[in-house]
Amino acid sequence: MIAGALLFVLLAPFVGVPAVVLLQRLHRRCAAWGAAAAMAAGLAVLAPFVPRVLAGETLVARWQWLPEWGLDFALRLDGLGLLFCGLILGIGLLIVLYAAYYLPEKDRLGRFYAMLLAFAGGMLGVVLAENLLLLVVFWEVTSLSSFLLIAYKYEAREARVAARMALAVTGGGGLALLAGVLLLGQVAGSFDLSEVLARGDVVRAHPLYPVILGLVLLGAFTKSAQFPFHGWLPAAMAALTPVSAYLHSATMVKAGVFLLARLYPVLSGTEAWMVVVGGVGAVTFVYGAYVALRKDDLKGLLAYSTISHLGLVTLLFGLDTRMAAVAAVFHIINHAIFKASLFIAAGIIDHEAGTRDMRRMGGLLRLMPWTGALAIVAAGAMAGVPLLNGFLSKEMFFAETIGHPAFDGAARYLLPVLAVVGGVLSVGYSVRFVHEVFFGGAPRDLPRTPHEPPRWMRLPVDVLVALVLLVGLLPQVMVGPILLSASAAVLQGEVPAFRLAIWHGFTTPLLMSVAAMLGGLLYYRFRHVLFALHARLLPRDGGQMAFERAYRVAELAAMRAMAWLDPRSLPAYLALLVGFVLVLGVWAWRGGAPADLAGPLAWGSVDPLTGFGLLVLAVGAGGTVLLHRRPLVALMLLGVAGLMVSLGFLRFAAPDLALTQLSVEVVTVVLLLLALRYLPQVTAAESGAARRWRDAVLAGLGGLGVAALTFAMLTRPFETISGWQIAHSVPGGGGTNVVNVILVDIRGFDTMGEIAVLAMAALGLHALLQGLRLPPAAGVASAQPGEGLPVMLAMLMRPLLPLALAVSVYIFLRGHNLPGGGFIAGLVTAIALMLQYVAGGIDFARARLRWNYVKVLGAGLGVAVATGLGSWVFGRPFLTSTHGYVDPPVLEKFELASAMGFDLGVYLVVVGTVMLCLTELGAVSRSGRVGG
Amino acid sequence: MSHAVILPVLLPLVAAVAMLLLPSAARMLAVLAAVALVGVAALLLGLAADDAVRVYRLGDWQAPYGIVLVLDRLAAMMVAVTAVLGLAALMSAIGGNDREGRHFHPLFQLQMAGLNGAFLTGDVFNLFVFFEILLLASYGLLMHGGGAARARVGIGYVVLNLVGSALFLISLGLVYGTLGTLNLADIALVLPGVPAADQALVRTAAALMVAVFLLKAALLPLSFWLPHVYAAAGAPVAALFAVMTKVGVYALLRVEVIGFAGAPATAGLLQPWLPVLALLTIAAGTIGALAARRLAGVAANQVLVSTGTLLAAVAAGNATATAAALYYLPHTTLVTGGMFLLAGQLAQLRGAMGDTIDNGPKVRGALLLGGAFLVLGVAAAGVPPLSGFLAKVMVLQALGDTALGPWMWAGLLVSGLVMALVLARAASALFWEAGDEEAPGPKLPRGAVLALVLLSAAGPVLALAAAPVAGYARAAAEQLHARQPYIEAVLGARPAVQRETRP
Repeated sequence: MIAGALLFVLLAPFVGVPAVVLLQRLHRRCAAWGAAAAMAAGLAVLAPFVPRVLAGETLVARWQWLPEWGLDFALRLDGLGLLFCGLILGIGLLIVLYAAYYLPEKDRLGRFYAMLLAFAGGMLGVVLAENLLLLVVFWEVTSLSSFLLIAYKYEAREARVAARMALAVTGGGGLALLAGVLLLGQVAGSFDLSEVLARGDVVRAHPLYPVILGLVLLGAFTKSAQFPFHGWLPAAMAALTPVSAYLHSATMVKAGVFLLARLYPVLSGTEAWMVVVGGVGAVTFVYGAYVALRKDDLKGLLAYSTISHLGLVTLLFGLDTRMAAVAAVFHIINHAIFKASLFIAAGIIDHEAGTRDMRRMGGLLRLMPWTGALAIVAAGAMAGVPLLNGFLSKEMFFAETIGHPAFDGAARYLLPVLAVVGGVLSVGYSVRFVHEVFFGGAPRDLPRTPHEPPRWMRLPVDVLVALVLLVGLLPQVMVGPILLSASAAVLQGEVPAFRLAIWHGFTTPLLMSVAAMLGGLLYYRFRHVLFALHARLLPRDGGQMAFERAYRVAELAAMRAMAWLDPRSLPAYLALLVGFVLVLGVWAWRGGAPADLAGPLAWGSVDPLTGFGLLVLAVGAGGTVLLHRRPLVALMLLGVAGLMVSLGFLRFAAPDLALTQLSVEVVTVVLLLLALRYLPQVTAAESGAARRWRDAVLAGLGGLGVAALTFAMLTRPFETISGWQIAHSVPGGGGTNVVNVILVDIRGFDTMGEIAVLAMAALGLHALLQGLRLPPAAGVASAQPGEGLPVMLAMLMRPLLPLALAVSVYIFLRGHNLPGGGFIAGLVTAIALMLQYVAGGIDFARARLRWNYVKVLGAGLGVAVATGLGSWVFGRPFLTSTHGYVDPPVLEKFELASAMGFDLGVYLVVVGTVMLCLTELGAVSRSGRVGG
Repeated sequence: MSHAVILPVLLPLVAAVAMLLLPSAARMLAVLAAVALVGVAALLLGLAADDAVRVYRLGDWQAPYGIVLVLDRLAAMMVAVTAVLGLAALMSAIGGNDREGRHFHPLFQLQMAGLNGAFLTGDVFNLFVFFEILLLASYGLLMHGGGAARARVGIGYVVLNLVGSALFLISLGLVYGTLGTLNLADIALVLPGVPAADQALVRTAAALMVAVFLLKAALLPLSFWLPHVYAAAGAPVAALFAVMTKVGVYALLRVEVIGFAGAPATAGLLQPWLPVLALLTIAAGTIGALAARRLAGVAANQVLVSTGTLLAAVAAGNATATAAALYYLPHTTLVTGGMFLLAGQLAQLRGAMGDTIDNGPKVRGALLLGGAFLVLGVAAAGVPPLSGFLAKVMVLQALGDTALGPWMWAGLLVSGLVMALVLARAASALFWEAGDEEAPGPKLPRGAVLALVLLSAAGPVLALAAAPVAGYARAAAEQLHARQPYIEAVLGARPAVQRETRP
């Protein structure tokens, strides 16, 4: 029952978000009704639970969300929550009504009400949350939706910037709160308020308590616009007045003091709490009141007044006596009521008069007597005039400042004096509001002549001011029960006896009130003296433009930082990579058990021929680096290195590798030669000596490192699984060439991946060169078709082609048992075809080899995959091979393994890749010919 | 014999072959393959949910001699994330620029095959092969559409990654030359027995492999290339690339937990430096996002922040941190992918202004795009109530106890705030400061809208389904950290591997 009700109350506004957007399509008034319904429904659903809550019950409902991580969708309704629900929904309802009249007719209201409802939902979530993490969730929902609300008039730059400023300050505070809550939950052992509230002693005694307190207070102070985080609130006055009226009276800013109230039993009761909360509250209370008087903008004045009153509430919590907490709750109620009415009245004046600048107003009481009278009453409450609600809580505040236990001796006058000074300033700005707007002669310079607003637009003020009076006159009847139950929720224990009455006799607080009244009048009278002094001594305050400037500065700093950090050059990135690997490698080596580089194995000896080969290899590799600015020469040297590697494979009994390496070398050198045709024959030196040295050192160290690791590896015996593979090559793979069996069978999956890589290289090249037409680079002989072709080669090559193809078939077929296989066969075929190009020129060869090589690639991959899939038919995993002997007529009997189908795919992909690259590179300049 | 485990690799591979043979049907085949892959991914998620580790022996060769694919919760999740992201990227490409150059679709499919293979393989050399497939396909996709900017960053990308590949190969050579095996489970089996005299060598080989993964994941100081490359790529490609860094993170997590962490020779390889660099990566990504002038640049820097966050969790090395990371990973991948798509849409609609964060013309469909921006931005910045916040709550809790805990908290929270402000500034410039003139661009293609909606839904869906998703992530993390189920599934309960000493 309660669970459903709470869920309904909380979700109704969120359900309303899309609903009002849809409803606005019917009529703007429908959107207003929809929004009102969402709020009124919440109030109606809560009503039956009021007696139970007032009787002191705490109702809890719980659904699981992320139980493992402490986040539960748990809600609670106690006196404090009920009080806030009433304020949020009650004042929200009035704002909905007011906004319907305030916003221009062309505005269809859907977007506005959607944001307003989202915001209200967020606020309800904050005050109903039982789970602290859930509270943070909704806390940030209010940050986000207030961002959108403040920026509602996004055409105006101030509104946009103010919205971002509010997001920065309150969102940032929310993150601090998140951190604080996470720590609090860890320390208290639970994120559930019911448990956390009961473990105040544990929390306060924990070494993390100061950190938790600081983080939570950061959240509360930013939200409640406490000094020095107050800047966003006046800036947010750029928002529509209904937004200001809602956010800065009953909701947004009250979330901060709500948090103070909510966590009061856990966090208060220490010196740190009193000093920080009390100190910040006191400063904010006086500072806000002081600045408020200096604001010419009606809403500016109310904004700083809000800051001041929130400071007062904070100060009350900071006083850390049980009665002060009651006074704080009471003042939260009172401030919400009178401040909402004042904002709405200010909006009406703005709406009617076309300006909010008080210097241009005057004598408006005659033009709009009813609104004027209401606003004056509300301003009286703000100043703390007797018979109005503000008076009562202010009296309680004054009473609490007297004889506070933390101050003795001369210091005991400190708090009362501070309270009176604040009171004086409050009276001062309230008087200015009343006097400059409603009295003081005739309007000075108004764009429009104001008159009374429509009845329904004023109704919210009527209701609120009626409440101001009723609470002021009949406090016990109006708020006694809810104040008691809310205070009980705040104190989590016995509430001190308090008596809400207008008359307590001639007491010191009354004397202080009188002093504040008289002082305030005097202060207002002589304000110009202070203004002049202020202008001379203190800088102007910046507002949202200061925020924007700061943001721009941060942006610029970030750009500078990135420009400084990011070298933006490939060689530098490579240097970082090599450097990182070197450091990591050395560190890793030293982190292992101490070991010699050389292992226990005896070193083999180097015969002269091998030694010579190694020398040539080194010269080839080194020469490539040294001569890299002459690409053609470098390529030749690279070819030499490749050749030596092939010979090395041969020397160490790896004929398959040697064959492969050799043909790969031929193909890559030819293809690179083709590409070099379009590049300059000598490239310029691009880096200075310092960088070359850096790179040389890094490269040298990298090379040495790899050499050292290889040496270490080769001088150590190791255990390997390769014997199994050799043993199973014939029985399992059907081939005596274990290299080929590994390639096409045991690790055929790798090979399939690698041919996909090959195919992609060709496809990528095909895509890259699409439409590209380049002249050969300067200095490259540009041969005309048919000119300068090697005649001898041409004569030789044409008859050689069938022979070469036959060889490749042979190599292919014998691959499974002797050196060979699809990969090498493909390369041999490709080289044979390539030679046709070299000999006959591209146009000759193209005319004769009309293949779509992309499809050859596709067919190759397809054959390989299909062979693999074939084994599914026999219920075996992908790529399972089978083998047997075939004895064809004429030819010798040979073994045929199904893996040969796979090898055929490899063959096709290799041929397709090479030929696609060749024809594409050749075609870049249409008259191209291999070798240039 | 169930072949489901290999389907995420074979399905795109077969599709790519079909596209090469029938180029005219490429689009249709692409959609079919992408949708089917999502179905396959769902099937695998369902299979993996019973906590059994499934092994697929390629060519019916037993491990560790042949190659195996291994499906556990973690692998299934990675495949699922890739499938959803791939579907969105593909729909967006079909509504956009897939015909601006050749072979987009086959390359895209091969990219998917490469990603899925990397997630599923149980063999480190096979992982190398899939890394190569990834690299080649991504290079082709990156260059798709042409242009000087792409060519410039493309060269850097491919060269850097080729060096990475060489390093990977060197590392694998050392691993095979010392441990005599390439199967990950088998590596885990032999690592504890490495004699003291060989430990430094094995440790160094492992460190080189770690470096390769970190280059892929883009950890500072190996991260500078990433924002340039991702911002230069076409929007659908950049969106798909959102999962590319996760391959590096995944590979590190897999190899570290199953292999390295369990043996004295390679234990503690990631401490104490990885958390520091992860934190610095978060900082660099945050500063980079603040400095970015384009929305795609902001998204690219978000990728860095997520790399830092994930690697911090990997470095923590416990199941709780992994569980948090595994909720964070799908969230950040899909949301950042969505942000790239959104940037691409805006760039198309705003004409010459592109996705520059500055006031330009009013865009068509601002309500839809603005809504998508709001949802993606809220999720990306980690603001409640979407997945980003939940992920943040988990990651903060998981990293609180680590050595750098307080710094991590500060870094992640400040980074979130800056990201929120950067996105708010971008929203202000892109949607609120727009002029009255509507840009004369084309309408939003339906495929692109669908793609955007799909990825925008990730934040809300992952938040609403937080309990099952986080539960799955937790189970996946525990399954991974238990190690034994993986090793036993691959090698059997009593592994009898035939080895011989060489030389």
